[in-house]
Amino acid sequence: MRIQEHPILGEPQKGRLIQFTHDGNAMQGFEGEPIAVALRAAGVMAHRHTKKYDKPRGIFCAIGRCTDCVMVVDGKPNVRTCITSLEEGMTVETQYGVTAKKPEVESEKESKKEGTV
Amino acid sequence: MKRYDLIVVGAGPAGLSAAIEAAKRGLKVVVFDENSKPGGQLFKQIHKFFGSKEHKAKIRGFKIGEELLTDAAEAGVEVVLNSIVIGLFQEKEVTVKIEDKVHHYKADAVIIATGASENMVTFDGWTLPGVIGAGAAQTMMNLHSIKPGKKILMLGSGNVGLVVSYQLLQAGCEVVAICDASPRVGGYGVHASKVARCGVPFYMSNTIIKAEGTECVTGVTIGEVDSSWKIIPGTEKHFEVDTICLAVGLSPMSQLANMAGCDMEDNPKKAGFVPIVDKYGETSVSGIFAAGDVSGIEEASSAMIEGRIAGVAVAYRLGFIDKQELEDKAKELETALLSLRQGMFAPENRGKKIDKTEEGCDVSENLLKMGFISEDEIIRFPGFTRSKGTHPVIECTQNIPCNPCQDACSKKCIKIGDKITSLPSIDETKKCSACGQCVASCSGQAIFLINEEYEEGYASVTMPYEFLPLPVVGDKGVAFDRSGNEVCEAEVISLKTAPIFDKTNLLTIKVPIEMVDRARFFRAEVLV
Amino acid sequence: MINDRSRDIGEFIPAPDDDMIICRCEEITKGEIRSAVHDGMYTLTDIRRFLRTGMGLCQGQTCSKLVKGIVSRELGISQADLEPATARAPMRPIEMRVLADDLNEEVDKHE
Repeated sequence: MRIQEHPILGEPQKGRLIQFTHDGNAMQGFEGEPIAVALRAAGVMAHRHTKKYDKPRGIFCAIGRCTDCVMVVDGKPNVRTCITSLEEGMTVETQYGVTAKKPEVESEKESKKEGTV
Repeated sequence: MKRYDLIVVGAGPAGLSAAIEAAKRGLKVVVFDENSKPGGQLFKQIHKFFGSKEHKAKIRGFKIGEELLTDAAEAGVEVVLNSIVIGLFQEKEVTVKIEDKVHHYKADAVIIATGASENMVTFDGWTLPGVIGAGAAQTMMNLHSIKPGKKILMLGSGNVGLVVSYQLLQAGCEVVAICDASPRVGGYGVHASKVARCGVPFYMSNTIIKAEGTECVTGVTIGEVDSSWKIIPGTEKHFEVDTICLAVGLSPMSQLANMAGCDMEDNPKKAGFVPIVDKYGETSVSGIFAAGDVSGIEEASSAMIEGRIAGVAVAYRLGFIDKQELEDKAKELETALLSLRQGMFAPENRGKKIDKTEEGCDVSENLLKMGFISEDEIIRFPGFTRSKGTHPVIECTQNIPCNPCQDACSKKCIKIGDKITSLPSIDETKKCSACGQCVASCSGQAIFLINEEYEEGYASVTMPYEFLPLPVVGDKGVAFDRSGNEVCEAEVISLKTAPIFDKTNLLTIKVPIEMVDRARFFRAEVLV
Repeated sequence: MINDRSRDIGEFIPAPDDDMIICRCEEITKGEIRSAVHDGMYTLTDIRRFLRTGMGLCQGQTCSKLVKGIVSRELGISQADLEPATARAPMRPIEMRVLADDLNEEVDKHE
C-alpha cells in the first residue's frame, strides 16, 4: 500500500524504520509519520469500535477533525492517529468506547451463540 | 497579551499572500495555523494550475506553496503552526490555543483566511472504515506516500472529484468509477477527459445506495436517480471496492466571522454561509477582513489574489501606505481577479446550463454526460485542425481562464488573445517545430502533436504522460480513445523528458493512420 | 415565529432511512433527529441539548450541516430561516484542563 515511487513526487522521504505494537502485535513503521499511515500500510482498517452500536470506525478525514481514527496510544484514549507522529516503542490499541478493553459481556454472548467457550 | 499590526488566521494561499503584502509594506504580521504544516491545501495539489502567468499557471500546487513560504520568510512574516484560533472578538482580539495554553493576542486588523471544510453525504454504510473524504485521499497519497486503497469509487464529479481521481491513478490505485447524482459533470472538461481516457467510467445521475462490508468496505452499490432524487428500481450496479471517496463539495469555515459579529449571508453563488465583504475584503466589523475560500468557494488562484488585496487594504487602513498606492495596487489585483472569474465556470454562472461557448460553438454534451468529447463533436472546435507534417491538436473545448499554451509556442502557432477564456485556436500559417512545449505546458493535458505522414500507413501521436512505469522506445502496447476503449495496437517511438516539462513526459506512439483522430492514451503490454 | 411550538408541522412519519447515523461521534440517527423535532425541538440548540448531536469528540465538525438540513426540512422551512446555532468560542474542541489553566492565570493576574 506504500507508494515507492511517484510520477510527480518521486521517492518519499521517510524517517528511520522503527518498531511499535498494535493490539500486542509487533509492527513496523517510519518515525515521524502519522500512526494511522503505519497502520494502513499494515492493512489495519478499523481503529476503534463505537460505544453504542459497537461499529468499526477508521480514517475518515485524515486531518484531525472528525475524530473517527482515535485509538488508545500509550494508554491514553482519544488520540487522533491521523495527526499524531509514530514514535519508537509506542503501544497502539483498538479503542472500544473510551478504553482499549473489548466489552466482555458482548464477547461472552458471541461465544455462547457460536457454541464455543 | 502580545500586540501585532495584523493577525492572519490561516496559513493557506489566501492567508500567506495577505501576510506577505502587509509585511512587505512594513506591518508586524503574525499568521496562526492549526495544522503542523503551512500552505493549506496547496501541498496536496500535485497538478499544474490554470490561469495565466501572473496567476502562477503551469506551476504545480505544492511548488506554489513552497514559493509562498519562501516569500513569507523573506518578508519577515511570523508563522505560528499548531496554533488553533478558538475565538475572535469584535475588538480584534484573538484567543489561540498553542499546546496546552490559551494565549491572547490583539491587533489593529485581522484577516480571516480559514478556508473551507468538506461537505458530507450520508448513505447506508457511510461510517465504515474505507469511506474517506477526497481530502483524506490526497493527504494519504501526496503527503504520506500511501495508497488510500486498491479499488476506489469516487462520489462527486466537481473539480475535486476529478482531480483526486487522476491523482489516485497516478498513485497506482484503480478508480472503478466516478458517480454523481447530478446529470452533468461539474468540474472542468479537461480534468474529466484526463481520467476518461484512462478508462474510468462516469455514471452521472447516479448515487450510492449502500456501502457493503462489516469491518470495512468490501463493495458498493450505486443506482440511478430520478428528478426527485429517488433511486430508479432496476438501475442498481455493484462494484467491488475497498475505498469510497467523497467529493461532494466544500463549505466555507466561517464560524470565526460569525462569532466576531460580522454580517453574514447564506449565498449559493459563494457555496455557503459567508461574511458579507466589500471589494477590499472588509467585513461589516471595521478592521476584520476575510479572504479566500472562507468568503466564497473558488480556486487557490483567486484565494491568493483576494489575500493580496486584503493585505494591501490593511496596510492602507493602518496608515502604512497612502490612498494612491492602495487604489493603484487594488486595481491591478482586481483586474487579475476578474480575469479568473470569467468563462463557463465563473461564480456568477454557478448552476447555469451553458449551451454555447463564447465563440458560438455548441459545447460538447458528451463531455458533460460521459466525461469525454465524442468524435463528431471534437471537429467543431478551433483547436482541431489538419496540416502537413507535425501539428498540434488542442482538445480544449470550454471557456476557462487559461493561456499557458499560447506562451509555450515559440513559433506562435497557438492563439488565445487578450481574453484568456477564449478557446485556443491554431494559426495554420505558422510552422510547428514539433518541440512539444505546448503538450507539456497544458495544465489540462489537452494538447497533442499529430503527424499524419509519419510513415506509410501510420501516424504518430504525441501525448502528455504522467504515470509510472514510463514506457520506453520500442515498447509495444495498446492505444485507447477518449472514452478509454482500446482502439488499436501501438508502438512507442519516442519518450521525451526535460526539466522544463516539469514531470510531464512526452510520449509519442505510432498508430495506424485511421486511428490518428482517436488514439489519445497508451498502455504498454504487460509481459507475463 | 419559527420557534412557536404550537405551529403544526404534521405527524412524525417513519422513513426507510431513519436508521442512518448522522452524528457519527454520538451515534444519533436521522430518525431520532426527526422525531425530536416533532417532540418540540425546533431550534438547532434545542436539538443539540436534547440529543447530544454535535456534543461528541469532534464537537459538530462533521454533522452540523447534515443536522441543519434535516431539522429545517422537517420543519418545512429553508435553512436560512432556521435559527442558527450560537457561534461562540472555543471554535475547536479543547480540553477542559487547558481552559482551566487559562482561568488560573486570570485569577493570578487579579490578585
